[in-house]
Amino acid sequence: MAPLLELDGVSKAFGGLSVIDDLDLVVNEHEIVSVIGPNGAGKTTLFNLITGLYRPDAGKILLDGQDLVGLRPNRITSKGVARTFQTLRLFLNMTVLENVMASQYGRTKVGIVRSMLRTPGMRREEREIRARAEEKLAFFGERLVGYRWDQPAYSLSYANRRRLEIARAMATEPRILLLDEPAAGMNPVETHELTELIAKLREKGGHTILVIEHDMHVVEGISDRVVALDHGIKIAEGSFDEVATDERVVEAYLGLRKTAAG
Amino acid sequence: MTEFSETPGIPEAPEAQIGVDTWVAEAEERRARSRGPLMYVARGIEKMPPSVRLLVFVAAASTLPFWLNEGDLFSYGLFTLLFATLALGLNVVVGFAGLLDLGYVAFYGIGAYTYALLSSNHYGIHWPALATIPIAMAAAALVGFALGFSARRLLGDYLAIVTLFFLQAFVAFANTANPTVAGKGLTGGPNGIANLDPLTFFGYELTSTKQQYFFLLGVFVLAAIGLFFANQSRTGRAWRALREDPLAAEAMSMPVNRLKILAFVMGAAIAGLCGAIFAAIQQATVAGNFAVAVLITIYAIVILGGLGSIAGVVLGAIVINVSFQFLAPQSGHPEVKRWLFYGTIILLIALMKPWYRGVVVLVGTVAFGFAAHAIVAAAAPASWTSGTAVDAGSASTAKAIADWVIIPVGHGSFNTYAYIALVAAIVALRSLKGWWRTAGLIPTLYLTAVVWENVLAPNPAVTALILFGAMLVALMTVRPQGLLGTARVEIV
Repeated sequence: MAPLLELDGVSKAFGGLSVIDDLDLVVNEHEIVSVIGPNGAGKTTLFNLITGLYRPDAGKILLDGQDLVGLRPNRITSKGVARTFQTLRLFLNMTVLENVMASQYGRTKVGIVRSMLRTPGMRREEREIRARAEEKLAFFGERLVGYRWDQPAYSLSYANRRRLEIARAMATEPRILLLDEPAAGMNPVETHELTELIAKLREKGGHTILVIEHDMHVVEGISDRVVALDHGIKIAEGSFDEVATDERVVEAYLGLRKTAAG
Repeated sequence: MTEFSETPGIPEAPEAQIGVDTWVAEAEERRARSRGPLMYVARGIEKMPPSVRLLVFVAAASTLPFWLNEGDLFSYGLFTLLFATLALGLNVVVGFAGLLDLGYVAFYGIGAYTYALLSSNHYGIHWPALATIPIAMAAAALVGFALGFSARRLLGDYLAIVTLFFLQAFVAFANTANPTVAGKGLTGGPNGIANLDPLTFFGYELTSTKQQYFFLLGVFVLAAIGLFFANQSRTGRAWRALREDPLAAEAMSMPVNRLKILAFVMGAAIAGLCGAIFAAIQQATVAGNFAVAVLITIYAIVILGGLGSIAGVVLGAIVINVSFQFLAPQSGHPEVKRWLFYGTIILLIALMKPWYRGVVVLVGTVAFGFAAHAIVAAAAPASWTSGTAVDAGSASTAKAIADWVIIPVGHGSFNTYAYIALVAAIVALRSLKGWWRTAGLIPTLYLTAVVWENVLAPNPAVTALILFGAMLVALMTVRPQGLLGTARVEIV
């Protein structure tokens, strides 16, 4: 497997606070990698660095060998990196379908003049955009179909908003999909469904996936590889079992165990 | 919202599979239903397909020249269309893309001055409109690009300040800077540029109001269709996404800075187009025509009609321009303002719910008025009730009003006291609840009528602004999204 996303010595500090420190990370094509770590470990910052919302202080971020550092977020997305937001940043007052159509902007071409004239080419592209959006939404089975397409996004339930975020990211046709806590706020049934969905995203969608998740059942269920962060430093990497039993990971989550002397 | 789905004991809706989402999505409809017949009309307009809406509007607008005289067509028809087209452009920037552009009127001015320079005796250039109008649009768009480019990283308040400054700078430039170019002041200073050529196409001059009206109607229709299509396109969706959440839009592959500049340029081009037409119609251009007051009017149109709604903008332009023209001091129809005033009040009463409360208020106010008038007539000297209504139109109307409303003659301070009492009554009314408020509304409404007949009707220029403000406050309270706008949800 060839490395698709490669982070090489990436560092980011806010003021004096080092959030990501000399991080190396590789995600191979067709792989599902989970990033875990306690709150404040720098997981979301990592996503913000990859997607260009922040610029790293040092290091390289390569997608298929191409450096992404310094590109605008929209360029990075067009190159094939899409993400969802932990805090849910849907276009709330647009319809479900429009949300998924809007994110195809970088993949489509028709300009404003042709749009105003509604040329045949524009109408063809518009039909394609719509078809692709419907296809992405169909990925979620019964959850996001039919009458829901024309509802404003704010009318969706929390779990459905998370699904819509994923559909919106998928519509940019990414090579790698970054999911930021996709199971947050979901009930156990929905969480289970999501685990299956992520597997399906790889099998049928052909996406490579980097996911931040706190729910260890999800992490266990989906990950080829798990990376544990604490204070911006990679403290463990490997299979779920390896990482979950790693002393430093347990320590990061639960604190230092009292020694006999202490 | 999620709470609802987990609340036990909510009975199943009749259509078994209707989800909470549908229920929430229909909230607006339920609200409209409870608002009574007027909101049904608004819903009806909303439900109409856009093409039908446009056809109805164009059909209705085309009849105007056949039953309005030249002067009325100018002030009610031509200017409504001009404001509607202008507001369409502002709607792109403010409504579609959500950018607070307070410099919009400057582009209108740039269009007007460009036309003036290229089609007048000022420099002796007399190009036909077919050349000058596109040039005016391009000039405005170019300046729009420059402003949009330099302000591309700004949003909200900061953008507003920069653009407002730009407008003021433009007015100052046209008014006082007036640099000398080719031996002449470029903008003509405070006198502006006069004696412009009429709109000329292939040697054919549009000189009558009727011709200009139909030309502007055509321009309006083209602009409305173009912008409607633009809004439905990939760019329109991107603008809306940008308005919702610029950061998410950028992360979803939309080049937000370019989209912002594009919105600025589109708005500016339409403003430039309107400016050129305005200059040609007026056959003159003066810096005073592009002041903040015009900006406020256009904003009021867009906000009243509903941000982002093309039909709403048109409705807003009609309501605002027509009511302004009726209230203008030199209006040709001074009697209409009274119907406008009482009509608005009755409309507001009709919006009350439940409906019988409105009936009680209406009947109560009429009865209260006659009673008050009778008591004053019996107990006080005749001078307290001997006044007549101004601009009443017909003698019978004048008599009806004078029999109902107390109009004193020669009691100078009465007006002031009535006005203060009205303000106090409205403030007091706000602290009352339920039927007490209904009861309190009756004397307050009567007091409103007294103030109108004694203070406001004789001074229409001031009244226009007061009513205008009151109208916006009332509408924004009842329907913050504007007449035809869609209610936006900020955080759920």
